[in-house]
Amino acid sequence: MIKIAQLSCGTEYSGVQSEIEMAATTVGAKMVYPDVEAKDIEDAVDKFGFNPTSAQLKLMIARAVAVTEGKYDADAIFISSCFRCAEAALIRNELRRYVQEHSRLPVVTYSFTERTKSGQLLTRMEALVTIVERKELLARERQVGLTAGIDSGSSTTKAMIMRDNHIIGKFWHKTGEVVACAEEALDKALAEAGVKRNQLEAIGVTGYGRFTIGKALKCDLIQEELTVNSKGAVWLADRQKGEATIIDIGGMDNKAITVRDGIPDNFTMGGICAGASGRFLEMTANRLKVDITDLGALADQGDWKKVEMNSYCSIFGIQSLVTSLASGHALADVAAAACHSVAEQVYEQQLQEIDVRHPVIQVGGTSLISGLVTAVGNVVGERPIVPPNSQYIGAAGAALLSSGFLEGHR
Amino acid sequence: MKVFIVPPNSLILFDLVERYGHEPLSLMGAIHERIVNPEVESPPMNVTPEDVKKGLKYAGIEVPSGIRGRLAVWGPLIDQADAAVIMDDAPFEFGCVGCHRTDEMVRYYIKKRKIPSIVVRYPTNEEEAKLMVAKIKEFLEGLK
Repeated sequence: MIKIAQLSCGTEYSGVQSEIEMAATTVGAKMVYPDVEAKDIEDAVDKFGFNPTSAQLKLMIARAVAVTEGKYDADAIFISSCFRCAEAALIRNELRRYVQEHSRLPVVTYSFTERTKSGQLLTRMEALVTIVERKELLARERQVGLTAGIDSGSSTTKAMIMRDNHIIGKFWHKTGEVVACAEEALDKALAEAGVKRNQLEAIGVTGYGRFTIGKALKCDLIQEELTVNSKGAVWLADRQKGEATIIDIGGMDNKAITVRDGIPDNFTMGGICAGASGRFLEMTANRLKVDITDLGALADQGDWKKVEMNSYCSIFGIQSLVTSLASGHALADVAAAACHSVAEQVYEQQLQEIDVRHPVIQVGGTSLISGLVTAVGNVVGERPIVPPNSQYIGAAGAALLSSGFLEGHR
Repeated sequence: MKVFIVPPNSLILFDLVERYGHEPLSLMGAIHERIVNPEVESPPMNVTPEDVKKGLKYAGIEVPSGIRGRLAVWGPLIDQADAAVIMDDAPFEFGCVGCHRTDEMVRYYIKKRKIPSIVVRYPTNEEEAKLMVAKIKEFLEGLK
């Protein structure tokens, strides 16, 4: 069983400890709490170099030191503390850096409230388990045979057919009923590829609807989107070796993932509000009466500095948008400001929880909005690479990884 | 009389309060009640998200959940306390609430209640320890 070391403060007094444990159990893992002796705590704090006032944070540091020095056996690390606690936020981030500098263990950080439920943690825990359990599968760099990948996202469902490391068919459309949408996407991708479903040697599925679709279509691989999308992103961008940061601004949530040789070692996932996601750009396009596919080009012609907009909350964001249009601002400037606002939110909320490594690869449906890519480039300091078929990362990753199940039988 | 102790899980302060004829209000007691209550299932402390909401009586919604959860446990104890014994500068092995912000809030809340209280410093040698015990003894014996 995969052992996830919990380094945390406040979980037991926030009523969320059982939710954390339930999320781990659901994905076949177990939370463990590294033993440390009281006498070692101050030494560990000295070694770490940051001496917090709260004793539980000192314990958190001592546990991290014990794991990184191999005194306690763990396969992955989960660092967590109360949302809005400034002292804990400082420790959480620095401890994540310390763990990454001193070990190769995958790590995820999370700040919780009393409303945190196991479902919110599930994908993160599943990703930690996948990274540990499926290291060999994740190391796969070539797709073999004839396989399909399906990505059931919150906004769109994508399917891709691959044969011997080449894309031969693909299709995407809006998500409705998950299984019917997946079947339709798969059938249309198969039609483009000119192959029949019964010729497929393996099917992989990822995204929100993965469990339902996986069961209905008898998929060989059912895997969360953090690891699958990373794999798809580095394959599509041809950056399988070395380090990179993958930014995926989705319809419902955003992901920022750092990878080393295509395998994630740190990731953040979330989005406080729709204002920081692709959904806000959809709302913007509707309000500006332009097609979402034209929003990016329009934004690229504008100047975001001319419009004051902060889409921390999508409602306030739309209010700013309406106000700026009413005061006579050009559509292009408003579109640019909307893109900049989303990029800024992603920077503030997510990229602060990871250390951005270069190159930056931007993927997902929103990477087709060039104005958003420009805006992300402005906030991270370099224009991200947008690989071809960047909206198909999940489907490509699923097709690639599912082919890993074939070789063993060949 | 009911005497609240700070740190609320100090076994030494608990013992002193009990020894001098009072009822100590401690973390051990509060958690024991929760753990033996078969209707509550939120291990390890049996502090539930509902408790955290009850903590809003002591700290606002913008306060981290871990602080509100702790205050939901200790706040009602301070509410019913007739007196308090507070230890300053104690190492965490002596007993602690884990969270410095909660500790500050607990001390503030005791002051706000204006109940008789004594603040003693953690002793660094045997002589200071004897003096500390004598001070606490005098305080507790003086409570009526």
